[in-house]
Formats: sequence, C-alpha cells, structure tokens
Amino acid sequence: MMRRLQLNRHSMFAIYRFEMMRFRRTLWQSLVAPVITTVLYFVVFGAAIGPRMGEIDGVGYGAFIVPGLIMLSVFTESLNNAAFGIHMPKFTGTIYEILSAPISAFEVVLAYVGAAATKSVLIGLIILATANLFAPIHIQNPAAMVVYLMLVAVAFSLAGFIIGIWARGFEELQFIPMLIVMPLTFLGGVFYSIDILPGLWRTLSLFNPIVYLVSGYRWTFYGSGDVSIGISLAVLLAFLTISLGIVWWIFRTGYRLKS
Amino acid sequence: MELREGEFDDFPMTPIISISQLNKTYASGLAALRNINLDIHQGEIFALLGPNGAGKTTLISIVCGIVTPDSGSVRVGGQDIIRDYRAARAMIGLVPQELHTDMFETVWDTVRFSRGLFGLPGNPAHIERLLRELSLWNKRKLEIMTLSGGMKRRVMIAKALAHEPRVLFLDEPTAGVDVELRRDMWALVRQLRDTGVTIILTTHYIEEAEEMADRIGVIRSGELMLVKPKAELMKTLGKRQLTLHLLEPLEKIPGELSAWNLALSNDGSVLEYTFNAGQEQTRVPALLRCVHELGIEFKDLSTCQSSLEDIFVTLVSERS
Ligand SMILES: Nc1ncnc2c1ncn2[C@@H]1O[C@H](COP(=O)(O)OP(=O)(O)O)[C@@H](O)[C@H]1O
Ligand SMILES: [Mg+2]
Repeated sequence: MMRRLQLNRHSMFAIYRFEMMRFRRTLWQSLVAPVITTVLYFVVFGAAIGPRMGEIDGVGYGAFIVPGLIMLSVFTESLNNAAFGIHMPKFTGTIYEILSAPISAFEVVLAYVGAAATKSVLIGLIILATANLFAPIHIQNPAAMVVYLMLVAVAFSLAGFIIGIWARGFEELQFIPMLIVMPLTFLGGVFYSIDILPGLWRTLSLFNPIVYLVSGYRWTFYGSGDVSIGISLAVLLAFLTISLGIVWWIFRTGYRLKS
Repeated sequence: MELREGEFDDFPMTPIISISQLNKTYASGLAALRNINLDIHQGEIFALLGPNGAGKTTLISIVCGIVTPDSGSVRVGGQDIIRDYRAARAMIGLVPQELHTDMFETVWDTVRFSRGLFGLPGNPAHIERLLRELSLWNKRKLEIMTLSGGMKRRVMIAKALAHEPRVLFLDEPTAGVDVELRRDMWALVRQLRDTGVTIILTTHYIEEAEEMADRIGVIRSGELMLVKPKAELMKTLGKRQLTLHLLEPLEKIPGELSAWNLALSNDGSVLEYTFNAGQEQTRVPALLRCVHELGIEFKDLSTCQSSLEDIFVTLVSERS
C-alpha cells in the first residue's frame, strides 16, 4: 500500500519545471498584462463610476471590486494556462513522451495543474498588491483568502486541463474561457452586489456558479458576501470534485489521448 | 516444463520483451495487429521489416504505452506493461517515426526534461556525454526550433537515451536522414548493443535490416509472418539473379555449367543464374569465365535482388 502512494517526484518535477519555464519565457506578458488590466479597471470602475456607487455592505466601491477582479484573472489564467499546457504537447506531438513515461495519470495532472495554479495564484497576489495601491484593503481573514485563492486556482486549472485535452484546435481552446467563463464572470457580481439587481435578474444570477465563487472570496476579505460562505464553499468543492471526476475518466478511457 | 523457442538459440535467458497474442483494431475498424507473438532477446538488434501500414508503429506504440491494446499481453524485463507500467516503461527509450519536438526549449533543457520525466535524478555528466556523442554539444544552448531536421532527430535520440534505457526502439530511424546521421546512428546503435542495450528498429528497407539486425521479423497487414536470424532469412529469401542475354540461342544448358543453378528460357536466348545474397557472389566470376571458355557470347547482362515485395510473394506462396 505504501509503495502505491509513493509519487514519482522526478517525473512530476520535470513537468512542473517545464511549465514554469514556459511561463518564465513569457513573464513579461504574464505579469504586466494583469497589472495593466487591473489599473484600467480601477480607472474606469473605481475612479469614474465608483464615487457614484457609494459603499456596498460597508465597503468602499474600489475595495469592493478587488476580490472579484482577482477572481476574474484567476479564472481565465488558470483555464488558459492549464489548457495550453496540455494542449501544446498534443498539438506538437510531444505528448508521446508523457504517455510513454513511467508516470501515473494522477501525477501528470498534479504536475500540470500544480504549475498552472502556481502561476495564477502568483498573478492573483500581484493584482492584490496593485489594487492595494489604489484602494487600501484590509483583509479580515488572510489565511482563508489564500487557501480560497489556491482552491479556485486548482479547480479552474483542472477545468483548463480538461479543455486542453478536449480541444481539437486553438479556437476550441479559447471557446469556453472566452464565450462562457468571461460573460458569466462579468454577470457574476464582480462589479456589483447581486442584491442591487431587480428581482428576475437576481434570481437568474443565482443560477450562475461564478456568483457563489466571487461572493465566497469577498467573504474572506470583508466577512460578508452575496450568499453565505457555506454555499460558496459547497459550490467550489462541487466544481473541484466534478473536474477531478472528468479528469479521472479521461485517463481511464484515454479520451482524445490514446487510440 | 514447456520449452520456448528462445531457449534453443544463442540467447538462453528469458526474453527482455515478450509479446503474446496481441491484437489491436483501431476505432476506424482497421485491424492493425492480429495475434502477434514475439520474443525479443536481451542484447540483440531486432529489425521489424514491413511495408507502410503493416502495423510496425502500432506494435511499438503498444509496448511503449502510447496505444492501448485490445487483447494480449506484453512484458518488458519481466514486467507487465499495464500492471507494472512504471517498472516496464522506465526500461524503455523510444525514438518515434515523426519528428515531434518542443520549439522554444533548448537542447539541454529538453534532454534534461526527458531524464527527469522518466523518473531519474539529474545527471549532467551523462547528458553531456550523450550530447557530445550525437554532435549536439555545441548546440546545447540553442532553441530546438532553430535546428535542422537532422539535428532535431539527433535531439530525439538524445532524449530517448537520457534515462539510460535497457531497450531502445527506433521507428524508421533512417527515413529521410542524411548519410552522416545514418552512419553516426549505426555506430551508436552498435555501441549501445555492446553495452547490453536491446535495440528494436523498424524499417521497410531490406538492406537496412540486413546491415544492422541480428534477427529479422517480417510483418504485413498486422500479421507477423516470420521471425528468423538474419543469416537464415537471407539464405532462404534474399535471392539474387544474374541474367545473361545471349547472342546465339542455346539448345540446352551445357553440362560444364551444371555446377551452377541455371535456367534457360524457352527460346534459349536468356540464361538465368539464381543464387543467395551474401553467400555465393564469388561464384559469379567463375560462371562468367566458364561461359566465356565455352564460347557462349552474350549481348547484355543484368542482376537483380529480391525486393521486400518478392519476399512477401514468396512467403505467401510458401504458406498456401
Ligand atoms: N490512430 C490511428 N487510427 C486509425 N488507424 C490507424 C491509426 N494509426 C495507424 N492506423 C492504421 O493502422 C495501420 C498500421 O499503421 P502503422 O502501425 O503506423 O504501420 P507502419 O508503422 O507499419 O507503417 C495503417 O493502416 C494505419 O493507417
Ligand atoms: Mg510506422
């Protein structure tokens, strides 16, 4: 039993390092882009619109949007990085090496998802630091904030991994992040509390899982959210479990990996 | 105790690879492998010879874990490739048929990656030795995409050898490869064999199998048609033919020429001498001298060697 639990750390580290080196090559875009985007959001929403919004749940508007902005970046970065990370070897054909290596499916996922999640957590923290320059932020529960950030990064990296395997080309790779996750995030209470929506829209919003994820993260900052933290956590864990299940199925069946 | 084929030859030990009753049908319905049984001996160079689409790559891919078999079993170094995949795969190095390489990684990084991926701690000295042997040392800091096709293939060989495998698969190693690389590659293969590495290569050139292999397996349409030591295969199948187009037709083959395996065409104008490749070439000059002494003149002469296709035709007709 003990033997079976032993992980092949050299193999996992090789993949992890490969992915991290890929990020380092594009370090400039990887880090500068989110910082600039954050600044833009602050100029548009924080400075121009914010003063008219007043406080939400006792938090200034600038500070209010920070958790949502971080989530927005972490969703898309995790999805894109993990999807690209596994799709690239499929595209170039170098996947043969991963498939023929003495490494378990679980270890492959851990390495790719770990690398993608590492990167998006870093980006999340950089956005937090940037935002802090514009709107000083007091975090009520820093430990919960970091753990929650990591869980979200892992969940979306897993989803990205699935997309990367499912996608047959680069358009399909962009499809879900751009056409599903981005809109849902914008409608997911990043820039407003869903309480300010009229009845029907508020009800519809409750079908958007992103609402729960953003709300939960805001809870770790300010101690309150649109929905209770328990529900947010339940949604997050459900998302994690479903993604893990799909990944497990992919490797069991060899779906779009092996003939 | 049941005796297996291998125990009768020069390789008394248990096979390094043992394939039994292996079948594979692709989702398209194409039966790529049909009931393959094959033992590869430790330390030999084995050539899998067969035309395009015969199933060579499929067979290799199954052993390496890239393609899932429908039924049958494969053991590498005694380890089942599915149940004990870690132990089995750690022993195997693969240079695939297609040039699949990363683009932005450097030569050094990609070879180091392969070693790590196969579960070994870093060993810069080993990687340096490999890169030097493959004339890649002064290219180690270059991004792979800046290299020529031949250099990329060298990188793939280095990657396959990074974890010091006991078994090396070379899938069509010389397809589209320049003379220099071909020579270097054969030198490396022989050197690896000398250190006890087992090498399995696929090819559709008889000459290549003949030049390199200790044993040859012939595969066609997913069926392994025969497996024989090279010398034996060449004796039975590597027929060569010398054809003399005579100036004056002969009535019959003169008795002085009975020492040669000759045939005369119906009209008496063509004399054919059939012999085994690699065995009796030296008898050709003697035949020509004798023909000359008998005063038989010819206006043209040609030789030909049986091709892979001929070998298959012979095999098929022998079987039916
Ligand atoms: N992934 C695949 N899906 C469907 N058919 C395949 C696949 N790979 C190979 N084949 C078919 O299986 C047969 C054997 O192919 P392959 O093993 O590549 O032969 P070889 O390497 O001897 O040229 C061919 O007819 C080929 O078209
Ligand atoms: Mg092939």
